[in-house]
Amino acid sequence: MKQKRFDLAGFAGRYKLPLLLVLLAALAAVPFLGLSSYVVRVFCMVFTYSILTISLNFVTGYLGATSMGHASLYCVGAYVGALAATRAGCNIWVSLVLAVLVGCLAGGLLGVCTIKLSGSYMTVTTLAFAQVVTMVAKNWTSVTNGTLGIKDIPKARLLGAELTVRNGGMYFVGLGLLILCLLFSSMVIRSKYGRAFIAVRDDELGARMMGLKTRNYRLLGTVISGALAGLAGCYYAYLTGYIDPVTFSFDISMTILTMAILGGLASLPGSIAGAAILTVFPELLRSLDVYRYLFFGFILVIMMRLRPQGILGSVKAARYTLPKGVLRPAAAMEQGKEGT
Amino acid sequence: MALLDVRQITKTFGGLVAVDNLTFHVDEKQIVSIIGPNGAGKTTTFNMITGAYRLDGGEIYFDGQPIHTKSSQQIVKAGIARTFQNIRLFKSMRVIENVLIGCHIHTSYGFFDAVFRTPRFREAERRAHQRCVEILESLDLAQYMDEDAKNLPYGLQRKIEIARAIATDAKLLILDEPAAGMNPQESEALMDFIFSLRDAGYTILLIEHDMSLVMNISDYIYVCEFGKLIAEGTPDQVASDPRVIEAYLGKGGAYE
Repeated sequence: MKQKRFDLAGFAGRYKLPLLLVLLAALAAVPFLGLSSYVVRVFCMVFTYSILTISLNFVTGYLGATSMGHASLYCVGAYVGALAATRAGCNIWVSLVLAVLVGCLAGGLLGVCTIKLSGSYMTVTTLAFAQVVTMVAKNWTSVTNGTLGIKDIPKARLLGAELTVRNGGMYFVGLGLLILCLLFSSMVIRSKYGRAFIAVRDDELGARMMGLKTRNYRLLGTVISGALAGLAGCYYAYLTGYIDPVTFSFDISMTILTMAILGGLASLPGSIAGAAILTVFPELLRSLDVYRYLFFGFILVIMMRLRPQGILGSVKAARYTLPKGVLRPAAAMEQGKEGT
Repeated sequence: MALLDVRQITKTFGGLVAVDNLTFHVDEKQIVSIIGPNGAGKTTTFNMITGAYRLDGGEIYFDGQPIHTKSSQQIVKAGIARTFQNIRLFKSMRVIENVLIGCHIHTSYGFFDAVFRTPRFREAERRAHQRCVEILESLDLAQYMDEDAKNLPYGLQRKIEIARAIATDAKLLILDEPAAGMNPQESEALMDFIFSLRDAGYTILLIEHDMSLVMNISDYIYVCEFGKLIAEGTPDQVASDPRVIEAYLGKGGAYE
């Protein structure tokens, strides 16, 4: 007998609202479970990395250009946030807005540098870009305080109350930012912009011949990516209270890329899954000391062998959802029925 | 007046003259074919018309307007859309999404409309989807709308490519070897399909190697060799032209 495959996307689509509500309620309850602040901090890092992975997906997942220097945009956001707080005395909300704006500029700059490149050439340029950003952070001492980093970043405040990891404040800020970022991203992806991104990824010449201004879309993708990475960076700066150039090393770029690939490229839920697994797992394996990396690499190799498209990659509902007011053609009624 | 008027266009690649002073025109609601052996400059000609290559000489007019100075985006907007010799669908996208890309230039809303789901966004998206569904229905492709383009058989992919070209609201469809790789049944079905496009009011310019298809379908044929026009006329005139027979069969072929 033919085994009926479980249609994950179809299932999630049918029970979207209840599933979302349950998930949100569970997430909102986490800080009140009496967990140690270490565990809550791990959650906060999951939020940070989720935003970073979504950000990377705009360049690598949707536009198909592998970036190996994504930590640079993260770094820019963190420094903008830290400087806004320590030098200009901005609160976290103003800092976040500034980090997003400067992140747009940094992303735009990366976009301009790579606009005529594709494939490996683009990847090498992102590496070089990250090197430049790290060098600036290390050597522009008057602004960045060099390798010593910026310390004593003030705590975030809301209506006079301090937001910390211990009281769950930073947890909710992170969760809120992630939800905002998800809403924004899914609106962009499910519009002509998202379609254009994927068209450019699949066949840039074909897209150009359909009248798309492909370079504008590539630039837009990097700008969005920069904005989201900036957001994550600023949040991180407030979360830890201390940043230095080493925090945003090549390792971080690789981690973000691995999260995106493991979760499934060009998938928003996949981004979160990848970020969550690769943040929580190393923490769980802490007892194995340095051997955890061995274990970790082993799991990744097996994963790529069994499911190269990533955990949630290429998960698609059987049917395309037409906008309200457009009737599904009679001929397509039989197609993609539940369970097929 | 001709819909597409190509005047003495020339394209050289280094020392090779790929297209040499080529002049031809396509009248409205006709099926016009360009044939010739490999390397005759047919695809180069298409690339020049659609703005993928710059001209080294000559002029191209579409609907009375010069288009040889325009970008490929502007040329698509003017009403010329093409398909490709080696299919260039967006493989990971569904059929309807491919056709929506064809509609892209007519889907007008801004980035903020998309992020905040404004009425302007909803209306434009609704209209674009409606149009794509209608195109797919009119071409009998509606049952494939949910499929990823890469999962469809070759013949269907060709049709989807044509559907995508139609979605740009093109008046002139340029088809680059649509029957390549098709079996006789498929290419016969394609012939009916192209006829139905002409009857629906489209003008069609075709490159094709399948001679039975070309001879049966074309209103007018241009024959190229080494970038030069060597003959033109109705299918009957071309078929009996000794220069054409020579180009295809070699010298002496006509007399055996």
